[in-house]
Amino acid sequence: MGRKAKFDETKKVKKGPGRKARKQPDPVFKKELLEDDTVEKKLTHRQKQRAAKRAKKKAELAEKRKALKQAKKNVAKQTEVAVDEDAENSSDEETAPGYTDDNKEWLKPKQKNKKQQKGKVEKNDSESEEEDDSGHEEEEDDEGSEVEEESEDESPAKKKAGGEKYKVGTLDDLFKDSDNEENGDVSSDDEGAASGGKLDYDSDSSGRGKDSDDDDDMLPIEKANIKLKKKQKVDKKLADEEMQLNIAKQDVFAFPSEEELNNPASLQDVYQRIKDVVTVLGDFSRLKEDGRSRCEYTDLLLKDLCTYYSYNEFLMEVLLQIFPVQELVEFLEASEVARPVTIRTNSLKTRRRDLAQALINRGVNLDPVGKWSKVGLVVYSSTVPIGATPEYLAGHYILQGASSFLPVMALAPQENERILDMCAAPGGKASHIAAIMKNTGTLFANDANKERTKAVVGNFHRLGVVNAVITNHDGREFPDVMKGFDRVLLDAPCTGTGVIAKDPSVKTTKDQKDIQRCFNIQRQLLLAAIDCCTAKSSTGGYIVYSTCSILPEENEWVVNYALKRRNVKLVPTGLDFGTEGFVKYRHHRFHPSLKLTRRFYPHTHNMDGFFVAKFKKFSNVIPEPFKDEDDEEADPNTTETPKENGDAQSDEENAETGNKKQAPVKRSAPSDSAQPQKKKTKPNKAQTKPESKPQTTNNVLPNEINSQKKKKNRKNKKKQQNVETSNNEQVVAPTSISNEKPVNANTPQSPGNKKNKNKKKLKAIAPTSSTTETTVTTPQSPGNKKNKNKNAPSVPEKVNNDNSTSKSPQSKTDAAQTNQSPNNKKKKNKKNKGNKQQQGANPQTQAVSKNEDKITEQVAVAASKKLKNKLNKKKKQIGQINPNKDKVPAKVQAAGKKFKKNK
Amino acid sequence: MKVLSEERTRILFEKLTKYIGVNVKLLIDRPDGTYCFREKKDRVYYISERLLHLAQTVKPDNLIAAGTCFGKFTKTNKFRLHITALTYIAPYAPYKIWVKPSAEQQFLYGHHIIKSGLGRITENTPKHHGVVVHTMSDIPIGFGVAARTTAECRHADPLATIVFHQADVGEYIRSEDTLT
Repeated sequence: MGRKAKFDETKKVKKGPGRKARKQPDPVFKKELLEDDTVEKKLTHRQKQRAAKRAKKKAELAEKRKALKQAKKNVAKQTEVAVDEDAENSSDEETAPGYTDDNKEWLKPKQKNKKQQKGKVEKNDSESEEEDDSGHEEEEDDEGSEVEEESEDESPAKKKAGGEKYKVGTLDDLFKDSDNEENGDVSSDDEGAASGGKLDYDSDSSGRGKDSDDDDDMLPIEKANIKLKKKQKVDKKLADEEMQLNIAKQDVFAFPSEEELNNPASLQDVYQRIKDVVTVLGDFSRLKEDGRSRCEYTDLLLKDLCTYYSYNEFLMEVLLQIFPVQELVEFLEASEVARPVTIRTNSLKTRRRDLAQALINRGVNLDPVGKWSKVGLVVYSSTVPIGATPEYLAGHYILQGASSFLPVMALAPQENERILDMCAAPGGKASHIAAIMKNTGTLFANDANKERTKAVVGNFHRLGVVNAVITNHDGREFPDVMKGFDRVLLDAPCTGTGVIAKDPSVKTTKDQKDIQRCFNIQRQLLLAAIDCCTAKSSTGGYIVYSTCSILPEENEWVVNYALKRRNVKLVPTGLDFGTEGFVKYRHHRFHPSLKLTRRFYPHTHNMDGFFVAKFKKFSNVIPEPFKDEDDEEADPNTTETPKENGDAQSDEENAETGNKKQAPVKRSAPSDSAQPQKKKTKPNKAQTKPESKPQTTNNVLPNEINSQKKKKNRKNKKKQQNVETSNNEQVVAPTSISNEKPVNANTPQSPGNKKNKNKKKLKAIAPTSSTTETTVTTPQSPGNKKNKNKNAPSVPEKVNNDNSTSKSPQSKTDAAQTNQSPNNKKKKNKKNKGNKQQQGANPQTQAVSKNEDKITEQVAVAASKKLKNKLNKKKKQIGQINPNKDKVPAKVQAAGKKFKKNK
Repeated sequence: MKVLSEERTRILFEKLTKYIGVNVKLLIDRPDGTYCFREKKDRVYYISERLLHLAQTVKPDNLIAAGTCFGKFTKTNKFRLHITALTYIAPYAPYKIWVKPSAEQQFLYGHHIIKSGLGRITENTPKHHGVVVHTMSDIPIGFGVAARTTAECRHADPLATIVFHQADVGEYIRSEDTLT
C-alpha cells in the first residue's frame, strides 16, 4: 500500500501524487465527434470532384435564388431610398468611405467581401474592384504566410501586373487559411496539379462562400429549418400584434352585460375581471366607461370577489370598507395561504440557539422569526412532526403563531407582578408571560371554557410554569373574583377575520349578528379586564387588548368604548412595526389616541391579522356609565377628549347622567339655575368627594334619612335644602356613584364627607375634576358643611330656603339644592323645576325614605327636565359633549311626566 | 384545596422518596419561600404559600389547577406520580438512566426500556428504585422503576427490560385530559 520506502538510495522515489491520486488523463472523444470538421480532408479525389459538381449545381440554384432576392431587395431599397435618399446616402458614405454607392449592393463586411471576390476573380471581369482588391491583398498578406514573399513594399503596379494570377493563388491560400485546418493537405498535394482542379476547388470554395451568404447548398433539413424559422418569425409577429391588440382591449375594460353576469364563465375570467375592475377603480376618471358610476364597478367587484374567493357578501362588504380595493385583493390572496409555522422557545427551559441546534439535528429547517423577537423561530420544513419531537414534549418550545407574541410583548410583564390572562386557552400567551416573568410573581390564567382549560394545564406543566393559577370563570365576572392585578392581558374571542387562512369557514359563516355578539362580549370583557387591573400598581396598571380580527367593530370601536367608560388611556404598544389603528372608520370618529394601537395584516406583515392596544389605567374610579346608546354612535371624540385630559370630568359627566337617572329614585336637591355658576367655581371638590367615603356617608345617611323623613312629614316647603343635604349624605354613602353625582349630592355630602373621608379622596379626584357640574357641587361643599350643620337643625325647622340663603357664598348652589326639597314635591317642584333637575342628577337612592324620596325626586326631575336640558347645553360648551346627558334628561323627563300624571 | 391528611402525607412522601431520596426535604425547605402540598379532588398540588393564598380566593369549583400537580391518590389510597411532577423530580433524582435516540420514541409511546435501548445508567442503581429517564442530550423525558441493578444490566439479555415505564412526556399528548 502506498508509496514504497526509499530503501535503495540509487532509486529515486517519484515525486508528486501517489498511485491512487493518479492524474486523470485527458478526455478522449469519440471519433464521430471529432470527425465533423475533418471530413473533407479524407475525401478522395473523385469524391472531391463529385462534391464540386454537386456544389456547382447548388451554386447555380443559389444564384438564381440570389438573383430573385436581389431583385426583391432592389425593389425594397428603391422604396427605401425613395423615402429618404439623401440622408441614407450621406450616412452610408460617411460610415463606409471606401465604398461607392455602386458597390453598395455587393459590398459587405470583410470576410464576405473576400469570398465574393473569389467568385468574381474566376470570371476575371472585375476591374472596377481594383481598389477593393488592393485592400484585400493587404489583408491577405497579413494572413497568408505564403504570400509574404511579396512584401508590402512592392509597388501597387506590380500587384496589378501580377494581378490575376496572383489573385488566384492567394485566393486558394486565403481559402486554406480562412478555413484553417480544412485543406492544408489538399492544397499542398495539388499545388502542381491541374489548374482545373484548382479552379474546381475555387469554384467550390466560392460556392461555399455563397452558402454562408445565401443559404444555397443546404441539406433539406437545414432548409426546412430556415423555413420553420421564418414561419416562426411571422407567427411571432402576428402574436405580438395580437398582444398589442389585447392590451389595447384591456385598457378599455368593457363593463360586462347582464348576460355575462348571469352566466359566469370560468373562474379565470372572473379573476381577470377582478383585475380589470381594480385597475379601472384605480384610475376611475380616465378608465371608466361612460355612463357607469363607481357604484356599479364596486358592486361588480364585490360580486366577483365573493365568487372567486368564496366569501359571503356581508363579510366582503365589510372588508371593502376597511381596505382600498388594491390592498383588498392582496389581503384576500394572502388569506388563502397559510402563514409559516412558528415556534416559541421556552426560555424557562432552554435557549433559542440550543433549541435551534437540536431541531436542526432532527432535520428541521428553521430560522429566527425576525429581529423583533428573541424567542421566535420560523419552521420552513421538517422531516419530523414538529409537534411531537422529544424537545417539544420536554417543553422546550411551543407552537405559536408569530402574531401571538405581539400582545405579550406589548404587555411587557415584569418579574414579581401579579398578572391576569383573561382568555388564556390554550395557554400560549400565558406561558409566554410566565416565561418572561421567569416563574416569579403570580399568573392567573382564566378561560371560560372548562374543556379548553385542560390544554392550559397541559401546556403549563409541560413548559414548566409553576407560578400559575388556572381558573375557569366567565371573564366578565372576574372582577368579582379578584382585582388588583398589575397587568391584564385580554385576548378576546373574536370572529377570526385575521386568521382566515387557519379557518376558512369564517368566510361564509359570519354575519352582522356574529360581529355584534362578538363586540358586545369584547366590550364587557374589556371593561372587566380594566376593572381587574389596579391603577395603584407601582410597576404596572397596564391592560393589553388584542384580537385576531381585523374588523374595526371588534377593535377600535371596542377600545373607544372602553376609553369612554373607564379611566384609562392608550399608550404606545412598544411594537415598532404594524400599521396604526383607525381613527376614522366610515361614519365613526374614534379618539385620536387610537393611532397608538397597532394592526397587523397577513399581506403586509406575513403574520395573522391581528390587533393590539395597550391601555394604562390612571384611576380606579369607575365613571358612571353613559346610557347604552353612547357606545355606538355617541360622539366619541367629545367624550373621549375630556377623559384624556381629566378623566374625572368625563367620568363626572357620566356619573351625573347616571345620577340624574338615579336621582329620580331618591330625591331632588339642587336648583338648576344655581348649578352652572357653582359648577364653574367648585368642580374639583365635588369630584373628589364622590370617590371617597362610602362609610362615612353611610353613617351619615341614617341620620339624614331620618331627618328627611321628619322633613317630609312636616312638609316644609323649604325642606329642599334639608333634602339636599340629606341627599348629599345619602349620595356619599354609595360612594362609588358619588363621583358622578357630585353636582347635587356631592356638594351636600362634601361638608360631612370632607371631614371624614372626603379629604383623602378629594385630593386624588381634585386634579381630574374640572367639569361644570362638579363645580356646581363644589361651591356647595363649603356651604354644604354649613348646610349639613344647618340641615340638621333645618330638618326640624323645615326651612331649607333659610339655610340656602344663610350660606351666603355658596348659598346659590345650596339654594338650588334646597329648592329641590323632596317633600315639597308637587308644589315646590313646579316652582323649582330647575332645582329639581339638579336633584334628579343626584343619583343616590339609599335612604330609608327611598320611596318617598323617589317620588319627590321624580317629580322634581320632571319639572326640571327642561331646565336641565338647557343647563346641560350650556355646560356642554366646556368641551364635553353629552349626547348622553341630553338623552338621559329626556328619559328623566318622561319619567317625571308619568309621575305627574300619576299624582 | 385542603391540607393532606397524615396518612396521605406519609404515602406521598414515601413515594417521592423512592424517586428523589433524601432530596425530598429540599422540596419543603426552599430558600424562595414556603412551599406546601395541597389536595384537591384527590390530586396533589405543590404550590408556594404565596400563590396558595391567592388561589384560595377562587371558588373551588372554578379552580382548575394551581402550582404544579404531582399526582393523584387512587381509590385504593395509593399515590401515583404524574408526569407533571417531572419538573421537580428530574433535578433531584439520584438515579438516572439515559436512553439511545433509537429507543426514545419507544419510551415516549409508553413502552418499557429494554437493554438494547440503554445508553447509560447511574452506578449502583438498586433494584426497584425510581429512576428518571433522560435522552442522550440530557433532556428528561420521563421516569420509571429500575428492573435490574446496574450490575445486572451489564449481563442482561438485549431484550431484557431494564426500566419499567411509569410516566413519560408523551402523555402530554396522549392523555392531556387526565393530567389533572
